[in-house]
Amino acid sequence: MTAVVIDNLSIAFPTARGISHAVRGVSLTIGTEKLGIVGESGSGKSLTARSILRLLPASAQVTADRLSFDGIDVLRASEAEMRAIRGKRAGLILQDPKYSLNPVMTAGAQIAEAWRTHRKGSRRAALQAAEHLLEQVQIRDPQRVAGAYPHELSGGMGQRVMIAMMLAPDPELLIADEPTSALDATVQAEILRLMEDLVSRRGMGLILISHDLPLVSHFCDRVAVMYAGRVVEELRAADLRRAGHAYTRGLLDCLPTLSDPKVRLNVMTRDPAWLT
Amino acid sequence: MTSRLRSAASVAASVPITLFGLVLVTFLIGRVMPIDPVIAIVGDHAAPDVIAETRAELGLDEPLPMQFVIYVGKLLQGDLGRSVMTSHTVAHDIGQFFPATIELATVAIIIAMLIGVPLGVLAAVRQGSFTDRAIRVFCLAGHSVPIFLLAMLSLLIFYAKLGWAPGTGRIDVAFDGLIDPVTGFLTVDALIAGDWDAFRDAVAHLVQPAGVLAYFSMAYIARMTRAFMLDALAGEYVITARAKGLSSARVIWRHAFGNIAVRLITVLTLTYASLLEGAVVTETVFSWPGLGQYLTVSLLNADMNAVLGATLVVGMIYLALNLMADMLYRLLDPRVA
Repeated sequence: MTAVVIDNLSIAFPTARGISHAVRGVSLTIGTEKLGIVGESGSGKSLTARSILRLLPASAQVTADRLSFDGIDVLRASEAEMRAIRGKRAGLILQDPKYSLNPVMTAGAQIAEAWRTHRKGSRRAALQAAEHLLEQVQIRDPQRVAGAYPHELSGGMGQRVMIAMMLAPDPELLIADEPTSALDATVQAEILRLMEDLVSRRGMGLILISHDLPLVSHFCDRVAVMYAGRVVEELRAADLRRAGHAYTRGLLDCLPTLSDPKVRLNVMTRDPAWLT
Repeated sequence: MTSRLRSAASVAASVPITLFGLVLVTFLIGRVMPIDPVIAIVGDHAAPDVIAETRAELGLDEPLPMQFVIYVGKLLQGDLGRSVMTSHTVAHDIGQFFPATIELATVAIIIAMLIGVPLGVLAAVRQGSFTDRAIRVFCLAGHSVPIFLLAMLSLLIFYAKLGWAPGTGRIDVAFDGLIDPVTGFLTVDALIAGDWDAFRDAVAHLVQPAGVLAYFSMAYIARMTRAFMLDALAGEYVITARAKGLSSARVIWRHAFGNIAVRLITVLTLTYASLLEGAVVTETVFSWPGLGQYLTVSLLNADMNAVLGATLVVGMIYLALNLMADMLYRLLDPRVA
């Protein structure tokens, strides 16, 4: 079974004021399961996930004791080997379909392109596959949506198109980088349920990146909490209430609940010791 | 699609107004110039009654608004007046000179596009590298060295020193007048006549001025392409395209370039327009008998009908190309509704 192994991953960027360490020694393994990576902005969760596909900015300095996808050494693989992983074996869903879909290509053309890149087939077959995929992401009018440009679609529709596109080559792993942050609350739940459903039915692995701790614990088997470039805690989603790390507990304490309404929400006090 | 056609049509509707403004301004410039067209025709020493007679003949004794009405009325019949210098109608002269400019500008823009666009894309893809810096210096030179200097240097090096290129003019005197003007484009006419020697000679004469103009325009096109591409390559959809496992060529050309193509068409069209109107200096240095040279010589000889006619034609070409760029933008970019 496909497994992603990340061992002691560090990602740094040279800046005008010296080197900025964005990810500092992260170790994770992911199999056919749903892993949530939670953390605040700048905690390094997106970079960690993107490093699996080697889709980091060109200036990133990446080092790791091990970074492999199904035994393939991602750090040393050729560009052609990486292309055989990207899309075909692992898909990536980004935050806002308004920016992550190509604005001058129709939704159908973009899905068909993903399909044709990794499967043999005619243009016509690819377009048919695209419409079929749009049906699978529960779009009622696949023909119309296939012919629409991204700006003609709502956020939820756009994200469904994105999911359809990433599922087109039948990958084993789906990386979803804040897939619902740009969406309305009601649409968020729909999209997540859809993703969960497709991932379970196809027996895929899922990495769900989010800053929403309860949401992630609801949809994932396991949760890794990141803070300042490190994984500070890794636990089964069901055990979230018994979180050990002060940061995780602090995050949970900040949340308002219906059963225990607070006049003022708690503000987390950060311990400098978490940084070391 | 219909809404797009409608928006393109609304652009077209603004044309008559702009055109009217162009005619009015051209007309007024002709009237406020401290040049008496009558003197230009009859000479300084003509008798006063001859001057008065000619003035009446030209309609210059009418009040200004009336003159404008007469001017527009003639324009609508395609009458731009007669040139003092050539004693032909201005319309006829423009028909003679303009093809030379179009030929030159067209060859120049094609060279500029074929070199400038790939260079700009390459510079953007390799941003910050040695390649990028080399391309930028190369383009900066093309854009900042005055074109007359470039033209004369090119003549000095390739014609005078190396002898690789023929000198000035459109064609060698040996072929002068031998080619039947069908289209007015010498290269095309030589082909139609089946005269290969004349064709080669016309092409050889074209290469140098077209190359100088192309270098100048190429610099601008490459710079704009680079800027547009940097913008496009930073887009999230480029990450999506890479995450799909596409080849980098496809990511760059289909996805990033596909997003800037429409904007580039605008740049190319406007550059072409400026080549059509602005090749004056190059045409002068290379003795290229085009519209720019016609305009310069007419101006120096106070041949106002010719100046106004040529100005009007240049203005209309500019307007037409602008309109085309605007229409293309509206028809091709799916985001413009």
